[in-house]
Amino acid sequence: MTTPLAMRVAAHQARIYTRFWRSSVFAYVLSPVLFLAAIGIGLGDMINKNNATVGGFEYLVFVAPGLMAAAAMQGAAADSLWPIMAGTKWIRVFHAMVATPIRPRDVYDGTVLSTTARAGAGATVFLLVATAFGAVPSAWGVLAIPGAALCAGAFAAPLTAFAATQETDLSFPVIMRLGILPLFLVSGTFFPISQLPDWIQPLAWLSPLWHGVVLCRDATTGTLEPGNALVHVAALVACIAAGRALGVRAFTKRLAQ
Amino acid sequence: MPVACTFVTTAPPLIVARGLEKRFGASVAVDGIDVHVEAGEAFGFLGPNGAGKTSTMRMIGCVSPRSGGELSVLGFDPATDGPQIRARLGVVPQEDTLDLELTVRENVLIYGRYFDLPRAAIRTRADELLEFVQLTDRSNDRVDNLSGGMKRRLTIARALVNRPDLVLLDEPTTGLDPQARHLVWDRLYRLKRQGATLVLTTHYMDEAEQLCDRLVIMDAGRIVAEGSPRQLIEKHATREVVELRFRSESVQHAALPRLHAIGARIEELADRVLLYTNTGEADVERLQADGLETETLLIRRASLEDVFLTLTGRTLEE
Repeated sequence: MTTPLAMRVAAHQARIYTRFWRSSVFAYVLSPVLFLAAIGIGLGDMINKNNATVGGFEYLVFVAPGLMAAAAMQGAAADSLWPIMAGTKWIRVFHAMVATPIRPRDVYDGTVLSTTARAGAGATVFLLVATAFGAVPSAWGVLAIPGAALCAGAFAAPLTAFAATQETDLSFPVIMRLGILPLFLVSGTFFPISQLPDWIQPLAWLSPLWHGVVLCRDATTGTLEPGNALVHVAALVACIAAGRALGVRAFTKRLAQ
Repeated sequence: MPVACTFVTTAPPLIVARGLEKRFGASVAVDGIDVHVEAGEAFGFLGPNGAGKTSTMRMIGCVSPRSGGELSVLGFDPATDGPQIRARLGVVPQEDTLDLELTVRENVLIYGRYFDLPRAAIRTRADELLEFVQLTDRSNDRVDNLSGGMKRRLTIARALVNRPDLVLLDEPTTGLDPQARHLVWDRLYRLKRQGATLVLTTHYMDEAEQLCDRLVIMDAGRIVAEGSPRQLIEKHATREVVELRFRSESVQHAALPRLHAIGARIEELADRVLLYTNTGEADVERLQADGLETETLLIRRASLEDVFLTLTGRTLEE
């Protein structure tokens, strides 16, 4: 049986990852756990003392799945920018791949797939920690893992495509600061989007992170409804599909001119 | 004298190109070339930078799609059978594309996985290949720490992991110091003796002379001459070349009438004058008897550099 071409790329990424796993432990686990402790427990305690809930839940329970989806987004975004530039321009390993049976589209698929898988693995570890903190009341919470992975994919797919069109990494910090960070703050991560001004709320629906956050939250709180879930999954899959269409074109242009 | 094919081959040619073209927007990189490479040959594209060599190699390597003409590699069409063809190619690109974070051996192992070769087979092959390129003692070093020559040898080892039917080398020794170049040449020479089919590009005439059975000279996207190094020199240059350098440009200029009197073809370069002749020593004696003052004077055999100069009016290094 032959190994699919994209999986050969993913195998390469996995081997490289044995060198870099520490940095992603920070992005996917340590950073959200710090937020969970500071905001979920610290801020959550204050809210509890006022006998208040957020979105109908204890604040720790509300914020944990938000942090889980947001960490998947942030980690996937960073992994889809600089490492892609390394593959196309700095170290040029992607050029070595397309000299073998692997095609540019396989390089794209393989890297997005492994970015998504890494985010999923990170989300799994975070979920275990959050459960230990008492932030995951439902066993359905396990479904938050594919939810977070899907959320990661929705960012990895278009950003990987974008990174392949760039000649330098100058735009990458701008994307992280002016794109990813605001999304992190206003996509229902820390408070329900119903708190946002009315005119901004429809914009939140456009945020893939919001769909990821709602999926994760409905899973960890055991309030998943198939109809709603399907809408959020469809929104994230649409981002992945659109990103892939651009990505295949961008990688072909970059690697096979 | 052209060498006729004295035996009938049944094996189809590995590369056939007819009117092959590559355009990038309005600019033409490869302008309709015909190429034919048989199994077991060492075939070269010789030309200056920008002649279209790399574009040609990328089309043969089934990475870059052709803009026009016909191309068949290993009997297949790169436009439709790219992955199947590439599975049987070994490619040494002009710029290094090694995994800097990985070790020397890991680079060969992971590259073998791109071809989906069985892991055990890749491990054995990796050890053989690292031995072949004399990097066994560096197996577990990170690639980052290797010299340029070692990186190039590792790239060659990596390209051989799938036992390719055709090895493509784009400027295999560009940027290497002379000693490192000779080590690479030595390995390529061995490969050639083992019967491998090599196709290489170079802008070094000595590399072309050493390694190529047959070559084409490219200039501005076109092939300007084809043959074995010896045939090309016999056809387009004289047996000997007298190289004369003068103290100054004005002295060089003043000497020209006397040089022309020799009756040989003359090529004037910025820093020297070349005299194409079959009677070098006699000519030099005559010039010296004439009282010609030169800074240095050298009689040498004609090279591919002279062929290129004759055909294009420029030197390869320009």
